Amino acid sequence: MIQVVGLTKWFGAKRAVDGISFSVARGEVLGFLGPNGAGKSTTMRMITGFIPPSSGRVKVGGFDVVEQPIQAKRLMGYLPENAPAYTDMTVHGFLNFAAEIRGLRGAARPRAVQRAVEMCFLESVLHQSIETLSKGYRHRTCFAQSIIHDPEVLVMDEPTDGLDPNQKHEVRGLIRRMGEKKAIIFSTHILEEVDAACTRAIIIDRGRIVANGTPTELRQKSEGAGAVTLRVKGVGSAEVSARLRQVSQVKRVAVLEEKNGSVSLRAFPASNANGELARAIGEAARGWQIEQLQTEEGRLDEVFRSLTMPDTGKKSET
Amino acid sequence: MNALANIKTITKRELAAYFASPLAYVFIVIFLLLCGFFTFMVGTNLGAFFEHGQASLDTFFIWHPWFYLFLVPAVGMRLWAEERRVGTMELLLTMPITSWQAIVGKFLASWLFLALALALTFPLVITVNVLGHPDNGVIFCGYLGSWLMAGAYLAVSCITSAMTRAQVVSFIISVVLCLFLILAGFAPVIQFLSGWASPSVVQAVAACSVITHFDNFQKGVLDSRDVVFFLSLIVFSLFTTAVILRGHRAG
Repeated sequence: MIQVVGLTKWFGAKRAVDGISFSVARGEVLGFLGPNGAGKSTTMRMITGFIPPSSGRVKVGGFDVVEQPIQAKRLMGYLPENAPAYTDMTVHGFLNFAAEIRGLRGAARPRAVQRAVEMCFLESVLHQSIETLSKGYRHRTCFAQSIIHDPEVLVMDEPTDGLDPNQKHEVRGLIRRMGEKKAIIFSTHILEEVDAACTRAIIIDRGRIVANGTPTELRQKSEGAGAVTLRVKGVGSAEVSARLRQVSQVKRVAVLEEKNGSVSLRAFPASNANGELARAIGEAARGWQIEQLQTEEGRLDEVFRSLTMPDTGKKSET
Repeated sequence: MNALANIKTITKRELAAYFASPLAYVFIVIFLLLCGFFTFMVGTNLGAFFEHGQASLDTFFIWHPWFYLFLVPAVGMRLWAEERRVGTMELLLTMPITSWQAIVGKFLASWLFLALALALTFPLVITVNVLGHPDNGVIFCGYLGSWLMAGAYLAVSCITSAMTRAQVVSFIISVVLCLFLILAGFAPVIQFLSGWASPSVVQAVAACSVITHFDNFQKGVLDSRDVVFFLSLIVFSLFTTAVILRGHRAG
């Protein structure tokens, strides 16, 4: 549904987005991660046709956003950053306006407004002016606007920003459910959202894509991924780590904790481990009283840090 | 068809926005007060309504270029500045509409609003008709000219509103620009110019003024050149607005 090829944006002499390419198919929810100023919002603004790219192309549903903007925009719903809305209007008036400008006529319009109101739980504030709403409601009003025409493509810039934990949970659920039939891109810097809602995630830094994959794939890029944590009782840490170091699949051993007669260690896999590390360590530990033997999945925040802050990322590992 | 529907939708929203804020009411009240006061009370050399001794609205229309100088930029200043400040411009321009539909729709809303304010001066028309036998054709022509002139000011305010996020800045710049449009045809300025510039230059400058063109309307002369002047000023300004908005988006 969305194809982005070599998208680049210069602001003066600064390159905000630098040759980004990716695509999103129907049924995919793409999480867009990156530190502040990485170019997430700029990329989304180019996808939705708000700002023209310096070079590169965006196609939505087969329509080029620059050459056939109207057709492309018709397929898209967009929730801009900070969820702007016409504050002088009531929620109902605003959604009605959005529906009208999306070309919904006759009975279809009140039906679309009703559906969006129900999906975003806005009944209680329907006839309130938007400027009197709390941030969460205002945010959901703008969210409702973006889904009013049941678009095939949804682009959302930080859809959970400023919501309380319950609302965040609702919005993530909504995104995940809608993602089954639509192509969705949303940006966030909350990493747990990637697990909660995304089928795939892209990490961008300084205008470039530094990682692109499913949350599980990304996690495996973390240095801790595949490491094995072992806790044994009744043996000294020196003896355990000495024996573990002799296992050929182990690159490095770190002592995590030693208390109440138990010792916790983490063994990092060498390149020949191939997922056999846990078994090898289990064998090496034969005869000890094993309390815990667990393979680490890796952590997204570790991946995020090491990809977007290369220097400090390494330091935190040692 | 589709374009017209889009323009209508935007115009409707924008008009409603005027009446949702106190701006509309404050504007109308002040405009009507000024009109009444200046028409009946002010003017020793220009001639107040009664001293004039004629059943006409000359003393009413003569003030319009000056009222509009301050009032129209106040109406137009929020058009784009507010959209940019709040961020709704991002919403509006990612809807399936072209930017000229948005520009025209917003302009029309403000222009219709000014038409309403102008129409609310109707008691003056009744007054002269009760007191005497005015040429209502001339009065109608005056109203038409006044509305076109308001449109020209408004289109200039559109430009300045698109240039900035700050409404006050937009207001001040458009007042200055509109002042130029008035002064170019103001008698003292023309006299000053004709002292040293060649007659063709003087004429060219005077031709840029809203006053020279509005004069004809006041006299009841409906000249296509004057209509074209105001309309082309509007079209040019809206086009400039579009260029400025595109410039912002391109970064």
